[in-house]
Amino acid sequence: MEMTVTDVEYVARLARLELSLKEKELFAGQMGAILGYVEKLKGLNTDGIVPTSHAVPMENSFREDITSPSIGLEKALANAPDRAGSFFAVPKVIE
Amino acid sequence: MKYQPVIGLEVHVQLLTDTKIFCGCSTKFGSEPNSQTCPVCLGLPGALPVLNKKVVEFAIKAGLSTNCSITPRSIFARKNYFYPDLPKGYQISQFEDPICQRGWLDIAVDGDALKRIGITRIHMEEDAGKLVHGELSGPGDGSGVDLNRACTPLLEVVSEPDLRTSDEAVTYLKQLHQIVTWLGICDGNMEEGSFRCDANVSVMPVGSDTLGTRAEIKNVNSFKFVKQAIEYEIQRQIDLIEDGGTVVQETRLFDPTSGTTRSMRSKEEAHDYRYFPDPDLVPLVISDEWIERSRQKLPELPEERRQRFMDELGLPLYDAEVLTSSKALADYFEAGIAAHSNAKAVGNWIMGEITRSLNDSGTTIEACPIRPGQLAELLKLIDNGTISGKIAKTVFDEMWRSGKAAQTIVEEQGLVQVSDSGAIESIIDEIMAGNAGQVDEYRSGKEKVFGFFVGQVMKASKGKANPSVVNELLLNKLKG
Amino acid sequence: MSIFNMTIHELHSALKGKQISSLEATSAMLERIEAVEPHIGSFITVTSEQALAAAKSADQLIARGECDLLTGIPLAIKDIFLTEGIRTTCGSRILHNFIPPYSATSWEKLRDRGAVLLGKLNQDEFAMGSSNESSAYGVTRNPWDTTCIPGGSSGGSAAAVAARQATATLGTDTGGSIRQPASHCGCVGLKPTYGRVSRYGVIAYASSLDQVGPLTRDVTDCAVMLGALAGHDPKDSTSVDTPVPNYSAALPQGVKGLRIGLPKEYFIDGLDPDVQKAMNAAIETYRRLGAEFVDISLPHTDYAVATYYLIATAEASSNLARYDGVRFGHRAEADGLLEMYTRSRSEGFGSEVKRRIMLGTYALSSGYYDAYYVKAQKVRTLIMNDFISAFANVDVMLTPVAPTPAFKIGEKINDPLQMYLSDIFTIPVNLAGTCAMSIPAGFSASGLPIGLQLIGKPFGEETILRAGFAFEQATEWHTRKATI
Repeated sequence: MEMTVTDVEYVARLARLELSLKEKELFAGQMGAILGYVEKLKGLNTDGIVPTSHAVPMENSFREDITSPSIGLEKALANAPDRAGSFFAVPKVIE
Repeated sequence: MKYQPVIGLEVHVQLLTDTKIFCGCSTKFGSEPNSQTCPVCLGLPGALPVLNKKVVEFAIKAGLSTNCSITPRSIFARKNYFYPDLPKGYQISQFEDPICQRGWLDIAVDGDALKRIGITRIHMEEDAGKLVHGELSGPGDGSGVDLNRACTPLLEVVSEPDLRTSDEAVTYLKQLHQIVTWLGICDGNMEEGSFRCDANVSVMPVGSDTLGTRAEIKNVNSFKFVKQAIEYEIQRQIDLIEDGGTVVQETRLFDPTSGTTRSMRSKEEAHDYRYFPDPDLVPLVISDEWIERSRQKLPELPEERRQRFMDELGLPLYDAEVLTSSKALADYFEAGIAAHSNAKAVGNWIMGEITRSLNDSGTTIEACPIRPGQLAELLKLIDNGTISGKIAKTVFDEMWRSGKAAQTIVEEQGLVQVSDSGAIESIIDEIMAGNAGQVDEYRSGKEKVFGFFVGQVMKASKGKANPSVVNELLLNKLKG
Repeated sequence: MSIFNMTIHELHSALKGKQISSLEATSAMLERIEAVEPHIGSFITVTSEQALAAAKSADQLIARGECDLLTGIPLAIKDIFLTEGIRTTCGSRILHNFIPPYSATSWEKLRDRGAVLLGKLNQDEFAMGSSNESSAYGVTRNPWDTTCIPGGSSGGSAAAVAARQATATLGTDTGGSIRQPASHCGCVGLKPTYGRVSRYGVIAYASSLDQVGPLTRDVTDCAVMLGALAGHDPKDSTSVDTPVPNYSAALPQGVKGLRIGLPKEYFIDGLDPDVQKAMNAAIETYRRLGAEFVDISLPHTDYAVATYYLIATAEASSNLARYDGVRFGHRAEADGLLEMYTRSRSEGFGSEVKRRIMLGTYALSSGYYDAYYVKAQKVRTLIMNDFISAFANVDVMLTPVAPTPAFKIGEKINDPLQMYLSDIFTIPVNLAGTCAMSIPAGFSASGLPIGLQLIGKPFGEETILRAGFAFEQATEWHTRKATI
């Protein structure tokens, strides 16, 4: 399957990855090869087959509406690359 | 050319649970930023969501109250996009197979015939965090992220594009607001964002059957703004088309200060949310038995209650509507008539004195200092002739202030109505003696001065004389 | 016997009998780590101080007569498990500075039973790889031949057991990441049934496939570790609330009359002759022990790798979105928000991770979702059905773990597809969600270990452990040690 640099760029944008031209070309080739291999699934008739999300059948896993302690402000922010007061700081978001 | 607006609403209802939808953190509003967080709602590596059962119960209630079908097997999906207020880089929501589908609400605008507004779906999802910009304690030049709200449970109620005017939209919205607050699943506070509305608006030439391109308007957080935003947007689109332009599909932000909408730059990028079933959560299976149990526990809904007030208590439509405007008010009314069966009087006092006093003091009916039983005691005193309606208002004010019982106030201040004809007769005699001129006028046919005598007698009795006794005795005496 | 050569059960006896203390055992392991680590590279972080402190606490427990099977046993765990206060990198540069505020349930369970943590083990970045070459913290070498890969992604976990740097280790298995390195390093590695062990606090690669499991010197230890790890966790919605059997008690029951399936799709022409030979010998051993063999078919095996690489990468593309430089982890210098995202992620992730994020994003993107992702989920159903049908006639299946013994470092690094195809025998088990174990079953002509895979029914861990134990009793492969 053919994968173009433009395809790679679209996907990279969605995935928030910045790729060099060399990486884009490399990925276009490698993804093309992998997708080419994956094409074999198309030959398999799956009409009426229910898709599987979980291999082990499970349903209705709940918790009760009971408060459990939060980890606390300092622990929450301990790994923050940048903080301002009690906030995680990020470059300005323009809405 | 004439244009037909087409409007659909997406309403986010924040649920009144104690904890978040997928973790045990508190949902309390207004705490220190990021203090109500844990690995799950911070989106830390390795953390996993576990569904709050109460959210499901609330969703079922909402669905049953809006005539939806409850989906027997529903699933959660991930909606993938990057934004600093979205910790995991995806929002857990429902896409295919939402919990409630195909419902409706009947609305009536200005007494017009009922119109049925379709509800496409109601689904459960987690809220995002909050971004702040340039606040003093905040991030300076950049933006700050507060994740206290992240993972708070929401229902998204999506209507069909069945609405045609801003008034219809507001009526539908108010009705939905009433239902979710009535059910006790949402506090309905629009300012704090507990009940938020996005409006999808498009216009098409009248008679056309092709929908126009729609704009999605965000951030409309009051009924008034919904009306304003929709009206502005309809006119903007019409003007655009008339000027030879075309409407583009986009997200627009409503600005309440100018009453206008503007394009949101941050949402310009083409959306490709890559929804897929969340492998961390298992399917939600809701049995018929569970649905039936929920149905049994539903409170009587506003519409049903309104009808019952009219049928069983003989209230007029207007009174019934006002008294069912909130569940708390209707409960207050019912508690009142349980203690004193004069429904008309109880209703009038609630719509009159109680409402006025609540408004003046900025209190809600839940916090009303006069409880329904106390109000009933006051009304009993009127109906059994102990005090007059006029005196009752004085007593009411004192009850509001002091919290004392009506009977106590009446006794302490000697406000018992004077019905004893002897006592009233002597007052009348005195007044007639002192106003011989007016007596002559009356007797010569100027019956208008009768009112003067009533006023004088009431004044002399400090308002306590029973007005009907006064009338009767005066009439006899003046006739001579 | 050197302390570092001991199994859990041997060390436990010595601790309980007060022949040695946990402090001595732990110190011996730390010395061993220091000695061999330059040649192997199993560890990303060695937690010497905490280990010695934990050993002292364990000794106090033992002195009070509270000596659980794991009390005082020095273990090491893959760096994919969150450990409160101890850096957790998942083999990635993007987490080079991440100190978790909480611990994984599976590690907590071991710790609560008195186990001692020696450190965090090297792995392929975000568990994406079959060779441990994608780690941002250097390659791990196979203790049997340091020019070879140890397998992956739990390569450090397998190498540490084989190099006797830890008595036992923890790994995770998404497409073979416990079994394949166990096979390449000559140790025992078990991937439990999906839902058997909590995933809470385990950094997610592909959530519907990931499962935690032990790597040990022998099957007895494996049973002990699984017993400690298994069980319902209210913090993991996909963990199953079925009772945990006494795995150790099941071991001595033998294999007489056990019906073992040989799936024909796993015994292919391309199989390495040494691997084929080891399988034949294993079949002979089991026959001698009284097991019956049944030829079976898992007809959709050939589609498993394609299915896996669509499902796993799709889930991964979403699981790895949280590494955005906002709340933790690497943040690049950047002008605006968008640049912060793209730079942080591009600097933080290695190439294999980027490739899989790209592939998964593509498989979920508008216009391709049905053709790739949904199609793969449907084929997954067919693969699961293969196992259900086959297990109607057999108790366990016997297959090779990998088509070849460990390959050379660098051999497949530039051909991702060839690398992916080396997981062909382990991937179907993850798709079917069932359990499987790799046990040592021989050596290649060049002296590299070869593992055999025993696949069980869902929640049939007792049966594969019993079958593995019987094999181990009848052979001596597991007693051989890499000369390092």
